[in-house]
Amino acid sequence: MSSTATVAAPRPVAAHHAEPTGLWSWITTVDHKRIGIMYGVTAFVWFLVAGIEALMIRVQLFVPNNHFVSAETYNSLFTMHALTMIFGALMPLTAAFFNFIVPLQVGARDVAFPRLNALSYWLFLFGGIFLNVGWVFKAAPDAGWFAYAPLTIEAWAPGLHMDFYVLGLQVLGLSSIIASLNFIITIINLRAPGMRLMRMPIFTWMTLITSVLIVTAMAVFTIAITELMFDRVFGTNFFNTVDAGADPLLWQHLFWMFGHPEVYILIIPIMGMVSEVLPTFSRKPLFGYNVMVFSGVLIGWLGWGVWSHHMFATGMGPIADSFFALSTMLIAIPTGIKIFNWLGTIYGGSVRFTTAMLFSVGFIAMFTIGGISGVMHSSAPSDLQQTDTYFVVAHIHYVFFGGTVMGLWSAMYYWYPKVFGRLLDEKMGKAHFWLTMVGMNLTFFPMHFVGMFGMPRRTWTYGPEQGFTIWNQVETIGSFIIALATLIFAVNLFTAWKRGRVAGPNPWGAATLEWSIPSPPPVYNFREIPVVHSRMPLWEGDPTKAAGIPHGRAEEETEQVTLGGAALAEVGDVHDENKMSAHDLGIHLPPPSFWPIVLAFGITLIFVGLIFRQLTGAMHSLWYLMIAGVAITVLSIYAWAFEPGH
Amino acid sequence: MRAAPARLWSVALAAAPLLLAACGGKEHLRQYPQTTFYPTTQFARTTDGLFMLSLILGVAVGVAVLAIMVYFLWRYRYRPGAPEPKQIHGNTRLEVAWTLIPAVILAVIAVPTVKAIFSTQPEPPADALTVEVIGKQWWWEFRYPQPNGDTIITANEIHVPTGRTVHLLLKSDNVLHAFWVPAMGGKRDLITNRINHLIFKPEQTGVYFGQCGEFCGTSHALMRMRLVAHTPQGFQQWLTSEAAPAAEPLPTDSAVLLGKQLVTQGACAGCHLIEGTPMAGRTGPSLTHFGRRRTLAAGILDNNAENLRRWLRNPPEMKPGSKMPNLNLTEQQITYMVAYLQSLQ
Repeated sequence: MSSTATVAAPRPVAAHHAEPTGLWSWITTVDHKRIGIMYGVTAFVWFLVAGIEALMIRVQLFVPNNHFVSAETYNSLFTMHALTMIFGALMPLTAAFFNFIVPLQVGARDVAFPRLNALSYWLFLFGGIFLNVGWVFKAAPDAGWFAYAPLTIEAWAPGLHMDFYVLGLQVLGLSSIIASLNFIITIINLRAPGMRLMRMPIFTWMTLITSVLIVTAMAVFTIAITELMFDRVFGTNFFNTVDAGADPLLWQHLFWMFGHPEVYILIIPIMGMVSEVLPTFSRKPLFGYNVMVFSGVLIGWLGWGVWSHHMFATGMGPIADSFFALSTMLIAIPTGIKIFNWLGTIYGGSVRFTTAMLFSVGFIAMFTIGGISGVMHSSAPSDLQQTDTYFVVAHIHYVFFGGTVMGLWSAMYYWYPKVFGRLLDEKMGKAHFWLTMVGMNLTFFPMHFVGMFGMPRRTWTYGPEQGFTIWNQVETIGSFIIALATLIFAVNLFTAWKRGRVAGPNPWGAATLEWSIPSPPPVYNFREIPVVHSRMPLWEGDPTKAAGIPHGRAEEETEQVTLGGAALAEVGDVHDENKMSAHDLGIHLPPPSFWPIVLAFGITLIFVGLIFRQLTGAMHSLWYLMIAGVAITVLSIYAWAFEPGH
Repeated sequence: MRAAPARLWSVALAAAPLLLAACGGKEHLRQYPQTTFYPTTQFARTTDGLFMLSLILGVAVGVAVLAIMVYFLWRYRYRPGAPEPKQIHGNTRLEVAWTLIPAVILAVIAVPTVKAIFSTQPEPPADALTVEVIGKQWWWEFRYPQPNGDTIITANEIHVPTGRTVHLLLKSDNVLHAFWVPAMGGKRDLITNRINHLIFKPEQTGVYFGQCGEFCGTSHALMRMRLVAHTPQGFQQWLTSEAAPAAEPLPTDSAVLLGKQLVTQGACAGCHLIEGTPMAGRTGPSLTHFGRRRTLAAGILDNNAENLRRWLRNPPEMKPGSKMPNLNLTEQQITYMVAYLQSLQ
């Protein structure tokens, strides 16, 4: 885009910050930016893995009565596709942005607890690998990500499959809870002077809401899988229905009390990202900032009162059905407000069609479709025909792929230059966007039809007489178009890293603090902590924009705008000072530490110990590995606590 | 509002495929035998009506949002040399408006929804036909309790009369399943240690497809069924003949006699029930009137000699995870067994 001025700098300044390099420096890093990059790279790899699982599903369903994969493999494929996408790819991709962007947006030098941040990354890495080790033993989880009891108890799920589920997800859940506590505290405590809550960038706001949801929802899930683990490993009786009288609905209530907020955990951050991209490329402030914040809070809050709309077919009775139908419909109101306010942001603007903008616009369109089919499910009697069919598969993919993934890709194009100092290629980006749009609609739109025509989900095959064939073939073709688009994206991500156009500090002319510092940012982020006077600090000095910046007070407007100790006009130039290390500048940064990775290893080992009970058939190996894990955990916590901070 | 007619048109166009499907009638049913768009009960018509209502409103809102978005993107695209846009940061009146309008639209869906929630879960009338449905991995058992205390047991093909309310008692002694015959109405789960209810009144005779709707393990995809709706007289005839013990082979028919010997004295007896013979196994489906069923292996194959041979050769190959093992039968044995099983009319 010729319209978005690129600051001509010889090359990104990454090498100039006197940062340590090499593998060891990454293993011991506590820098939120490096951890963010590690989150992003790892999660993108999981995205590709889960995508390949999806392609195998689509190949299997290309013709009726197909035997491309066995029934057992198919059941593992759809289970692992969901688990890997949700816990391996989408949540961690949002976490990558939380990590990298949020401290920059609030004007902080790092997150509140840098070593804890490293711990949550290493737990995520080990937990993800652990969950997938099941494939090696031909024992990947196979009862669906929802894992309805009693299909998951020893009697109906012998073998290791569901052990990998309960134990792997414990590790991943721990990682999410730790990371979210860190973000909450960072956002509450580390905001730059002058950044009141209602001056926070909208993405930071949505991160805060999401983090609160993760801490609370993951706690419920932790209880559920701990109980299931006790049933499986120690023979307790939470979900064991065989002669033991347990009620399988207990699992469903616990699971969806986590599972529905989880849906919002996956979409609220994206709403924040899109709310950053749209104003930047429309050259206007976000329409109705206050309402956007409060509708986000409301979505998160209402998200706690709708879980049983996943359970209309369980026969809860008319009163409960009515309550959950109405509460679900209510959520459409704040969601609709967001969509209309995004349109209001575009209205009267000067729209630049960068790839980031295209993906954000695509997000609005696809998410609207997913939202509408969501309202259709909320009508409980109607949902009795839709639930557990491909109609719901269509709905969740419009929300998660059309919504979450497209929004994440928008954020990738938008913030990649901040992270790596170079722009992603726009030509490849546009090919990526249009192929994704075509592919996703070909893949997921026919699922609405085939679902209403009677195709249940989670079925490894269908009969030719059922009439589903032609629609499934269109879907499979579409899925390979998505694969092609993703391949182009992967090439773009890789080539731009070394060869992309140099971005400069603020290639998009955006308004928030992260764009006030060089790209990639120096290790200490801000040479001097900025003082914030408004919601859009970088648009503040611009006379054409100042009028539109709310909450700027008269007396503050007369003050000098300070960013990194320099007047606004000078910010963005690469000063010699930027080549100086944090130490030279007298900035204290937390020292690197290898205890987070050791602690993560110890914690993971405890859970690995639990799973090996059946591999060896002898209980002593359980104690062996677990005691080793406990020993490492205790030792590393002790060493961590007494590690010098300077 | 000059744009209104154009918008209405696009609504109609977008909704057309589904509306056509809904109105397609018998032809649509022939193409998609398990479709939700061929409601034959009040229950199914209610769910279908709510679907159409929410579809039309949803498509109208969706098309409006997308049209406005595309128009704004085109109208407010960047033009070289244009001044920076006016910096608007919100409009309270507009924002209140687009809070209230969706609320009204939702109310239009909410009121009939709540009504339908109650109307589709009524108390069964006293003359309702009660059928116990028991989900198995991966087939269905249907039990008809009789006034005399007997129970007629059949599998994978549920027979009901038209013009009389059917009250299903849904149970499972293993994992969860869901009973779903779309033409009769929505699905309902079969939950271990609970009894669920599904109530509908068939109006139209015919054979309808159904399938398990809740993931239940390896061969969940192959847990299908047929629902046969008879006239009231036809149903009585079916019930009477179903209550009779299994047909005895003619003494002259040696193949059937040999088959009976193989079935009733072989491994089959451990799991299957054939009334009128010593076979009383309760693990697998009842075979008392097996020869009359339209399908075998829970709705996945037409019930004919060729398919039955394939099944008997190696059941787990056709239904992965099936509890019926490969019995390593010879072709000759299979021929006799098929002859006997097909004679069980």
